[in-house]
Amino acid sequence: MRCSLFGRVSNPSKVRKTLHWNRWVVYPAGVFTTVFFVLPLIAMVVVSFWTRSRGGLSATWTLKNYITFFERDYLVASLYNSIEVTLLSTAISVLLAYPLAYILAYRVPRKWQALTLLLFVLPFWTAYVVRSYGWLLVLSENGILNVILLGLDIIDQPWELAYTRAATVLGFVHFFTMLLTLTIYANLVQIKPSYLQAGADLGASNLQGFLRITLPLSLPGVAVGAFISFVICIGDYVTPQILGGGTEVLVPQAIMLQISRAANFPMASVMAITLMVVVVVVYLISAKHLKMERV
Amino acid sequence: MSHWLRNVPSIVYLLAALVFIYSPVVVLVLFSFQDGLLPVPPFNGPSFQWYEKMLANDRLMDALINSVVVAVGSAAVATLLGFLAAYGLARHQPRFSKSIRFLLMSPLTVSYLIIGVGLLITLNLVGIPKSLLAIGIGHVVINLPLCFAIVFSQFGDHLRNIDWAARDLGAGDFQVLFLIIAPIMRPALLAAFCLAATLSWDEFIVAFLLSRFEVTLPVIIFEMLRAGLTPEVNAASTMVFAISMTMVGIAAAFMLSRRGK
Repeated sequence: MRCSLFGRVSNPSKVRKTLHWNRWVVYPAGVFTTVFFVLPLIAMVVVSFWTRSRGGLSATWTLKNYITFFERDYLVASLYNSIEVTLLSTAISVLLAYPLAYILAYRVPRKWQALTLLLFVLPFWTAYVVRSYGWLLVLSENGILNVILLGLDIIDQPWELAYTRAATVLGFVHFFTMLLTLTIYANLVQIKPSYLQAGADLGASNLQGFLRITLPLSLPGVAVGAFISFVICIGDYVTPQILGGGTEVLVPQAIMLQISRAANFPMASVMAITLMVVVVVVYLISAKHLKMERV
Repeated sequence: MSHWLRNVPSIVYLLAALVFIYSPVVVLVLFSFQDGLLPVPPFNGPSFQWYEKMLANDRLMDALINSVVVAVGSAAVATLLGFLAAYGLARHQPRFSKSIRFLLMSPLTVSYLIIGVGLLITLNLVGIPKSLLAIGIGHVVINLPLCFAIVFSQFGDHLRNIDWAARDLGAGDFQVLFLIIAPIMRPALLAAFCLAATLSWDEFIVAFLLSRFEVTLPVIIFEMLRAGLTPEVNAASTMVFAISMTMVGIAAAFMLSRRGK
């Protein structure tokens, strides 16, 4: 029994009755996620132990697919390539994004910060395909970058940057710099200025203040951004496919090849699961630094 | 002003970052107005010929309609499901509340590629052909965690009191949910809808895996890329980009207006 604003006692039986179906509104989303997310993942794991037969899949349980994955050099190489490209892209992005977030948080006047931040991360919301194509135009043999560099006599032959690993990394770095700027900025603005003031009062120089107060306190923002970057990067097909060219294959490309060329769902599942395992391992390694709620 | 002058290195860094972040976008948009066959320098133009060609391209226009249908449909479903779940969790705090939140947020931790491969395998096992509906379902899976999180974060204790007050005044379940709570949550709901629609609009890999004849814009742009670089791809990409930016702008406006109050 509860009292309303005017002290009138509401009818408890009526309240209980009206609450009846409202209680269940949480479940449609739960059922949807279970049916269209959890079950497909389970199906994928199951299929990874099956074999491909003429006209589809046959439910003969085997570890053969996993063994094949680690026996074929080009498949193992794709895993190495993926991890290398991902680590490289994430590391460069952190190095570029940190100063950007720092300047936005500490050098740009408060009232302009929201707008400036928005300006710097707006292209984050561009379709992968569109963003990668934009970079292809910039980097291509007669693209704008080569035209400028040739015009300034910095180089005397076109720089063949498109369709290389460097182009893939550049495409990723572009995207993750924006993402990391967001997470690091969100962390930096939460650090109380009084900490730095206290440090300065106790004789810390600006550099000491940064290295021993600001930097350590902003690491959660770096960790969260880097982790999200890692997850997105290692699972992305579009960027390496459009910018990377045919010289090397990353795991997502290998997965797509298995699906489109060979219709080999068991093998594609094995590779998808391998990617998930890599992500889980990275999560476990970095878990203690990942405090999502701070960002 | 003097504050800015003391910070020349910062300004230089910001400008360099701006050039880096915007160069692919600027080149893309600029060469959609190219008067010539190749979207590379020198720039001759402006010309709208590639936009005319794009508008006359039936496959592109079909893809445009498909993209709009999938984006609006999947965003509406994701926002509705996310809203209901957020209300149910915030209002009733059911048992296993933590597990339900974990379940709802879990798709965020998995690559779109893996979500797509899982759905593709499931469709295959069950024997359902690929379709726009399948793409829409995939996009709801992707966007539901986001919609749920946005709406849930805006549910405060005051809503529970409003809920009680409405019931005391005789409102039923349906009335409370859709005539009282939903209008109060409108900024969050609209922000969630716009972001979900943008992500669906931009999404490639799930759409690529689950489409057969009816494709969305990112998929057709990807297919056109295989044929080589033409300013028509720039025109189509510019359209995709401009609509994304508009929707994100609207979402940001809703979120900021909420915070301003």
